[in-house]
Amino acid sequence: MGIYDIAFWILTVIAIGCALGVILSRNPINSVLFLIATFFAISGHYLLLNAQFLAIVNIIVYAGAIMVLFLFVIMLMNLNADVEPQKGRLVQLAGVVSGGALLLVLLAALRTAKYPTLESTPNEIGLIQNLGEVLFTQYVLPFEISSVLFLSAMIGAIVIGKKEDSTHSA
Amino acid sequence: MLLLQVDMAFLIEKILLITVILFGSLGIAMYATWGERKVAAVMQDRLGPNRAGPLGLLQPLADGLKLFMKEEIIPDRSTKFLFILGPCLSMLTALMTSAIVPWGPDFVAASGHIFTLQVADINIGVLYVFGVVSLGVYGIMLGGWASNNKFSLLSSIRSASQAISYELPMGISLIALLMMTGTLSLREIVQQQHGFWADGYFSWNFFKQPLGFIIFLTCSFAELNRAPFDLPECESELNMGYHQEYSSMKLGFYLFAEYINLFVSSAILITLFFGGYNFPFMDQMATSLNSPILFTLICVLVFMAKVICMILFFMFVRWTLPRFRFDQLMKLGWKSLIPLALVNMLITAAVILLFFNK
Repeated sequence: MGIYDIAFWILTVIAIGCALGVILSRNPINSVLFLIATFFAISGHYLLLNAQFLAIVNIIVYAGAIMVLFLFVIMLMNLNADVEPQKGRLVQLAGVVSGGALLLVLLAALRTAKYPTLESTPNEIGLIQNLGEVLFTQYVLPFEISSVLFLSAMIGAIVIGKKEDSTHSA
Repeated sequence: MLLLQVDMAFLIEKILLITVILFGSLGIAMYATWGERKVAAVMQDRLGPNRAGPLGLLQPLADGLKLFMKEEIIPDRSTKFLFILGPCLSMLTALMTSAIVPWGPDFVAASGHIFTLQVADINIGVLYVFGVVSLGVYGIMLGGWASNNKFSLLSSIRSASQAISYELPMGISLIALLMMTGTLSLREIVQQQHGFWADGYFSWNFFKQPLGFIIFLTCSFAELNRAPFDLPECESELNMGYHQEYSSMKLGFYLFAEYINLFVSSAILITLFFGGYNFPFMDQMATSLNSPILFTLICVLVFMAKVICMILFFMFVRWTLPRFRFDQLMKLGWKSLIPLALVNMLITAAVILLFFNK
């Protein structure tokens, strides 16, 4: 076992343990903190794959921005373990059914999937220059379309946020 | 376990460098507190700390000792784990950024071994700074929330929204700079600013990106929670701020982390815009000195002098400008700085495309 494998296993244990912590902890703040730790472990995996750009963007976007907003909302609403509403039987049943359906789909997809092993030679595609070249030449159309998608989501959020205001003035 | 062998010389060199940087930043942060009080005193026509030692130079030690001796109080209704984690995270993220700052040029020892005065030259350089900066807000948020005090919570929410809002113009203003340098590595950015004058123009990025620098500087004031953007510590509205419930060295950690942040962000600003360790006529000096170690030392000193000037600038601004109102702060960030940064980016892109397109 080389240092690579050791790092891989440590990160994997952290990632899976923290992911379990997200769904098992009762306090939403702890869930968010576990999720942040999971993102860090996954970023570590990206680093092992020499995808430095992906690793840091994962931290900046998910751990640094989105999770801060999550924390923000939870703090503002002051959610706590004891005020968490109990879910009804029907909702629980629906959860089990949809979760089982997802499991089925995943199993069906993974049954025939191939698992190509990673090349042992250092792979340079994850470095920012190579990634940028690929994104802006080979994949320029999907890249731009996805940015339009984000823009529309942003405008949608603003429209929903503004709605109440316009009814008041009208 | 055969593959676990690591280059011991490399490891020792890096650990030594990390230790020096760690204690260096702690020491500078310590004396930044003294400097701040002296600057405030001079600007307000007072004497400032002058009792402990000559010129009050032992004041930071006395302050630190006082904080250590104070009683440690953890509020009864607080979330204990997060209450303790808050200041730790603040300190950790404050110290982490210094890993990628190039403190001086490489120097080749007589044995041919190259010493690099940078802990890690990573491919994503500047983005690493952004990653750490975006994590810095957790220390404040968790600490403020865990205190179970509404003023602390309000303050930490202010701090988080301020940090998120100002990260955007900061990033966009930096994109313009990165388009010119073509690299994210801080080391290469510094090397491109070699000397002072190259190809008939100043080589420092400040002269190529003045607008970008002003936007970046404004945003760093906001990210550092410093006046005029120190809304999270607005005493008149929030009693004290996110560290209201903290006592003893935990409070010290929060206050100290701010000064470490001040030092490191000054170092980053100097590295990005003011040529890092470069200074005019450095090549002539290198050849006339003919001693690589001495030359490297001079470069490090020049870098430190620039950083201290930057810190002094931050202090002068703090004691000159009044605090903004929160809505003014948000308006400035979203309605002025972001459009300005976008225009700056567009102009830079157009200039590069029209005149420097090779």
